[in-house]
Amino acid sequence: MSKELIIILLISPLVGFLINGLFSKWLKGNEKLSGTIGALAVFISLICSIIAFVTINIDSNATLEGDDGFVYKWIAGGKFSVDIGFHVDALTTVMLLVITGVGFLIHVYSIGYMHGDEGYTRYFAYLNLFVFAMLILVLGNNYLMMFVGWEGVGLCSYLLIGFWYEKQSATDAGKKAFIVNRIGDFGFLLGMFTLFAAFESLDFVTIFDKAETGTSAINVVFGETTKVTLMVATLLLFVGAVGKSAQLPLYVWLPDAMEGPTPVSALIHAATMVTAGVYMIARSAVLYNLAGTGVVVAWIGVLTALFAAIIALKQNDIKRILAYSTVSQLGYMFVGVGIGAYASGIFHLVTHAFFKGLMFLTAGSVMHAMANELDIRKMGGLRKKLPITHATFLVGALAIAGAPLLSGFWSKDEILHSAWGSSKIIYIIGLATAFLTAFYMFRLIFVTFYGKSRVEPEVDSHVHESPAVMWLPLVILAVPAALIGLLLGVGGHDSWFHHFTEDVFPKADKAPGSVLLFMAISSIVGIAGIAFAWTRYKDRAPAAEPTNALQKKDFSWLVANKFYVDEIYNTFIVQPIKNASHFLLWKLFDVGIIDGIVNGVAALIRVIGGLFRRLQTGVVQAYILSMVIGIVLFLAYYLFFVN
Amino acid sequence: MLLSLVIFLPLLGVIAIALLRGMGPSVVKGIAFTISLLTFVISIGLYTGFEETATDTAFQLVEKENWITGLGISYHIGIDGISLWLILLTTFLTPVCILAAWNSVEKGLNGFMMSLLALETGMLGVFCSLDLFLFFVFWEAMLIPMYFLIGIWGGERRIYATIKFVLYTMAGSALMLVGILALYFQNGNSFDLTTLSGRFTHDSYLFLAFFIAFAIKVPLFPFHTWLPDAHVEAPTVGSVILAGVLLKMGTYGIIRFCLPLFPEAAALHTPWIVTLAVIGIIYGALVAMVQPDLKKLVAYSSVSHLGFVVLGLFSQSHEAIQGSVLQMVNHGLSTGALFLLVGMIYERRHSRMIVDFGGLAKRMPIFASIFLIVTLSSIGLPGLNGFVGEFMILLGSFVEGAFSKWYVVFATTGVILAAVYMLWMFQRVMFGKLDKTNESLPDLNSREIAVLVPILVFIVWIGVFPNTFLKPMETSVEKVATKVQVPRSTPAVGQVNNPGETQKPLLKQNTEIRLSHEEEAQTK
Repeated sequence: MSKELIIILLISPLVGFLINGLFSKWLKGNEKLSGTIGALAVFISLICSIIAFVTINIDSNATLEGDDGFVYKWIAGGKFSVDIGFHVDALTTVMLLVITGVGFLIHVYSIGYMHGDEGYTRYFAYLNLFVFAMLILVLGNNYLMMFVGWEGVGLCSYLLIGFWYEKQSATDAGKKAFIVNRIGDFGFLLGMFTLFAAFESLDFVTIFDKAETGTSAINVVFGETTKVTLMVATLLLFVGAVGKSAQLPLYVWLPDAMEGPTPVSALIHAATMVTAGVYMIARSAVLYNLAGTGVVVAWIGVLTALFAAIIALKQNDIKRILAYSTVSQLGYMFVGVGIGAYASGIFHLVTHAFFKGLMFLTAGSVMHAMANELDIRKMGGLRKKLPITHATFLVGALAIAGAPLLSGFWSKDEILHSAWGSSKIIYIIGLATAFLTAFYMFRLIFVTFYGKSRVEPEVDSHVHESPAVMWLPLVILAVPAALIGLLLGVGGHDSWFHHFTEDVFPKADKAPGSVLLFMAISSIVGIAGIAFAWTRYKDRAPAAEPTNALQKKDFSWLVANKFYVDEIYNTFIVQPIKNASHFLLWKLFDVGIIDGIVNGVAALIRVIGGLFRRLQTGVVQAYILSMVIGIVLFLAYYLFFVN
Repeated sequence: MLLSLVIFLPLLGVIAIALLRGMGPSVVKGIAFTISLLTFVISIGLYTGFEETATDTAFQLVEKENWITGLGISYHIGIDGISLWLILLTTFLTPVCILAAWNSVEKGLNGFMMSLLALETGMLGVFCSLDLFLFFVFWEAMLIPMYFLIGIWGGERRIYATIKFVLYTMAGSALMLVGILALYFQNGNSFDLTTLSGRFTHDSYLFLAFFIAFAIKVPLFPFHTWLPDAHVEAPTVGSVILAGVLLKMGTYGIIRFCLPLFPEAAALHTPWIVTLAVIGIIYGALVAMVQPDLKKLVAYSSVSHLGFVVLGLFSQSHEAIQGSVLQMVNHGLSTGALFLLVGMIYERRHSRMIVDFGGLAKRMPIFASIFLIVTLSSIGLPGLNGFVGEFMILLGSFVEGAFSKWYVVFATTGVILAAVYMLWMFQRVMFGKLDKTNESLPDLNSREIAVLVPILVFIVWIGVFPNTFLKPMETSVEKVATKVQVPRSTPAVGQVNNPGETQKPLLKQNTEIRLSHEEEAQTK
């Protein structure tokens, strides 16, 4: 594979960003041109990605690694040196296809969705910049370059969540996303420091080669053995992944991130950026296998999956349900990579990108029709007025619920099946989550699209299906969302996807038990969830919020309020830091103590100076008087003491 | 001669303005700007004339003339890969400042421009001096124009601020003067920095005499309280120069004097110094977070940023020291730009209070974009300048630091806190609903854009191609690093004051090699 191809792939969205960013003044009046530039930039990347993908498909040795991918020396000083360079293998091309494929469709969709928005040009500039940063993240051949992309997508996420910056809640959410992600980045940075101390490099190939060579090639940084060092390094990196991929306890930013435009939620907060953490762990598979810390990853993953699914049960905001669902599904991916089934984790990443991206876009289509209404209790019966939206959403929901033969069915089942071989408790929690997933997703469907219409009359008259530029991407996305599992996933560990990525990942143990049996169990659980949702919500909206004190104490009230996690963070972390900084550090210590001492010293000198100044009265008689006293004392001393 | 030309050309501007009294303000501004721009252009010659691959030279472009022969004082100047960048930073920021102050000086324009140019000469002299006496002269001389800049063109409490600033610095200078004299007598009655080497008696005290002077200038926590006052009262340009260059005098002094002259004392005192540095990083960030005044916020953020630099300097790690030097330049650019931006909205709104703003992004999109980039640079976003320096400091300190890794862990929390205080400030100023009183604020004009764009160019350049800047300083940093790493071979820190017999030859050898190199350099 040629380096030039990858450079074009990478630079194209950057050029799009620069055009829309620098010439926004001239492009402002011309939505068509602005949107076309944005979409075209990603389309070029998509073509390049397809070429790269096909190249590796034909010849699995056609990867771009090591010196071949070198572009230029970025930072060098002393023993430290890191390049700008590419690493393109099967895993990379899979990610590239997801980013540019879903990305392109979302750009096209946005042309319609953002129509009439004041910041149209700015929107496409940011979106292109995001794609550029995301491409750096997956193309880099070292951890630092991954980190560059990692922070870059974080920045774009910040800008796009707070895109409607006049809205306080939007800019709050953007800031929260950036800061919570920075907490994760803190771990990522320390993880990189540990890796550099251990391997004297941040380069993927160098690190993985040394790791495979054995302990002699690795410096001990923590503890007594290289294993402890690797454990520390991989866990620190995982902190970064927890932040970026919104896992417990740092998931709190993702639901708030729904303040951004809906296509942004589809692209950044469902399909691509939030999966970066999964990608990072899959990329570092060698290290996680050696350190044995995957078990932590898997547990955090499965607990997050369950926790977020529970919260999703009681939410009434269409986007927030999808957001919690994303957190939950990311948890599955972490289970996959955590138990060593890297290919299965990435496979779920791919299917999820399609079906969740699709669902967000359909949610956007619903909002578009409903004058930006988000509350599903104010919807109902929409399937007649929005047939395409309904049909495509149904495809997505069936896929995530694990309906047989649809994409989510294959990938989720692979993860659960592998989990059985690793830990039965994880399997059971995962299965329970699958039931909840089917339930909350079909609760959403039934309340939104079925039953009687609860749409407010003045809105009702305007409800309409979206324009072609919006529904066409939905239909196109619905195809892979439904079928990609069938194409890539049939055969479990012998599937096409596993063969394609076999050079990248360490060989996983074959999970015990019959594949068909596990598939059957998963299917039954999924269908049961759907059926249960049907019995409860087929013609009924979720209950209004309880008002009496008794009801407020029960579990469902706790769930509806998301376990008060945000409030706990705010009361016990944010406010104490703010208050301590203001009152203790600034007012008391800085102004009071330090400046008090400084000014006190100055005042003391002034007082002493003032005392001496008294002597300089300028009155000649006083000088003569003191002189006479002096002479008298002097004489007295001589007369009485010297002799 | 090139170096002297760069140093004294601004002084020529001072004389020109003084002689051509009665000229219109535009002529005065024209002269000042042309002279400072010319200085910058000529100073680029220092970069092109600098041999980055020369491994055996200590200082380049050396000039040496006897000055006060009887006392062994000479006019001895030269540059290395470290001072090179600080000189270029100075010559770069001065014309930017003059352009920024184009319309903001209402009274005493001549005096203002003269002070600014005189200040430039003083600052350049500090970075070039290789004679301790000459260094001290420039160090003190620099205070005078700064005193005027704050005291005459400053805000309401300018007298309090300027006296605080001068007294704080003087307190340090007095200690340093004692240190310089002690070195003079131990060094065979010579002030020549290049011949100073090896071991001094009472080196621990001497180290402290120098270090405290520099720590005040940096400013290292808890010597920092002059900074917020000085910044708030100083005119915009004064703040830019103060943050951009003057603070670097402290860190420059550390790397030029404290570390290479007293490596063992430096190692001995490292624990508490880096503790203060790390406290400064976190403390500065937390206090910055709650400031209601934009300038104070930026001032406290400097305390935090400079904490990183001090941490890196005392880490004994080549990478971290190099990162620190780069970070000095980075901080000068980003914080300088932040003060310029704050000054620009101050000129429009006559307020620096965060609560008075909000929603400016809607009214001033160009301002908002530039402000965002500078904010991100200050936060340390990869791809922009701040990240490279910060990363190298933290990585070097973590991997090879002469202290526990916990210091680095705590320092790294500064990365989170920087995002907190900067983004919160940015949100409150730029986002939200536009206030009625701010509805008529005009966006940046072309002069203001011309002031900021050159800084942005460097912010991106250093972020994307940092090696342009890292490479020329490589050898100079290596020299400092090897010097400070010597005490590391001693068995225990406690023995530093009483060095064992075995180390002496090693150190001597080092010294001799160094001296011979310098002689070669001088004969060139």
